Amino acid sequence: MGQHIVILGGGTGGTLTANRLRRMLPATSVAITVVDENDEHLYQPGLLFVPFGLAHAEDLVRPRHRQLHAGIDFVQSAVDHVDVAADRVHLQGGATLDYDVLVVASGSTLLPEQTEGLTGPGWGEKVFTFYDLPGARALETALAGFDGGRLVVNVVDMPIKCPVAPLEFCFLADWYFQERGIRDRVEITYATPLDGAFTKPVASRALGGMLRSKGVTTVTEFNTGEVDGAGGKLIGYDGREVPFDLAVVVPLHGGAAFVGRSPGLGDELNFVPSDEHTLQSHARPNVFAIGDAASLPISKAGSVTHFEGEVLCENVRRFLRGEPLDAGYDGHANCFIETGFSKALLIDFNYDTEPLPGHFPTRVGLPLLRESHLNHLGKLMFQWFYWHTLLPGRDIPGVGSAMPHSGKREPAVTEAMR
Amino acid sequence: MSIAVGGYQKTVAGVTVDVNDEGFFLAPEQWTEAMVPELARDEGIAELTDRHWQVIRFMRKEFFEKGTGPTVRVLGVASGVPVKELYQLFPKGPAKVAARIAGIPKPRGCI
Repeated sequence: MGQHIVILGGGTGGTLTANRLRRMLPATSVAITVVDENDEHLYQPGLLFVPFGLAHAEDLVRPRHRQLHAGIDFVQSAVDHVDVAADRVHLQGGATLDYDVLVVASGSTLLPEQTEGLTGPGWGEKVFTFYDLPGARALETALAGFDGGRLVVNVVDMPIKCPVAPLEFCFLADWYFQERGIRDRVEITYATPLDGAFTKPVASRALGGMLRSKGVTTVTEFNTGEVDGAGGKLIGYDGREVPFDLAVVVPLHGGAAFVGRSPGLGDELNFVPSDEHTLQSHARPNVFAIGDAASLPISKAGSVTHFEGEVLCENVRRFLRGEPLDAGYDGHANCFIETGFSKALLIDFNYDTEPLPGHFPTRVGLPLLRESHLNHLGKLMFQWFYWHTLLPGRDIPGVGSAMPHSGKREPAVTEAMR
Repeated sequence: MSIAVGGYQKTVAGVTVDVNDEGFFLAPEQWTEAMVPELARDEGIAELTDRHWQVIRFMRKEFFEKGTGPTVRVLGVASGVPVKELYQLFPKGPAKVAARIAGIPKPRGCI
């Protein structure tokens, strides 16, 4: 009598979950099916580099099904909805898939139409996003033709994928215009809904200082109510205005639309509320969520998804055998932050420990929260690790799921409370 | 009852409550509806409408269901009051101001 695991989404989370589970569970008794509406797997961290001509679209996309190991079925179809009470996925077109365990790995979706005026006049002319491939390519052309004026980088609201990417965009824009010899003719402004450069205090101060040193003006607690493309300004809900000649906007994010069509599965934003340590959904015991699709108090980032994978797959195995789950996920996240001029910063944190200075993964290793060429090389090398280590569901040597403490310099308590 | 670091006690509607240094309640069970007019006045809101109350009650319901107050975006989707109106009701920032008036801890927000 066979069991069936259905994984919705063939991106980072779905792929690494499928491959890891395939190694852990016998193919003779457990079938694994991955569902995605298209067969194009995009290396999302590469999007940041496309507008600056540092990466090319055709190098960032590979077939989804080719990243899945033997013994995993790939079904190319959109999902209509999940009937969690009946353990059944309804695909668009009417076909159904019954499951013993469901893993929701459908990521997050850009919702630019939910911000007034964002996709109106000026969209694709002087208002862009680099959060999808067509947008990143169009922005490359726009930046190349930009000879001076006000560049505004704006995050409409959290949560977003990779909360450091808009900062990296500012740093790279500073580098890019210096390379072109026109930095003195470009004003760069970063407008964020947060009260600082980043969500965590120590890193926020470090990154805020870097924005200042690179001549980027930060507008904080700015909640974009409207994008006036024709008039060239962002208008905040509080009435403040930020004028621009070129706007780079990170739109609102939501979970996959089918989550909203599946009663009881998602929250108001169509993310799947889940236990932050076991990754089991609150919807049903046999439904799990991984990566951006999950509603958890942690960044939506590939590294998070990778670290979640180990705990999630162990818990799927335990669930199928009727054993108690492992509450082992600690919220570990790890991000390289590209800062321009072939340098990068590295941050490493979890639910309880914010990004701190020091070294990673131990006292000997990459410098944390400090610019270095080594971190830039790490960021470039990550693309190889992504296709050859992360997606196959393997561990990066020396980097486990749990966050390492040994190389970090803990601040005094008063500092941490700020 | 112990007070968290950075907190203090203040008197609202004649009752002593524990708040943090940003004015967020540390113990939501110390809050009563009778405190709302005074808390709102402290935030510069002189006149409380039904729409204010709708948001305040939603904040508390969310907090007790989910363990944290909602973000502005969730308020706009789920409270029945659109974001634009939320800023008219609570001009200094709906999520934080409404949380202080509703007597719940600072919303965890998004990471």
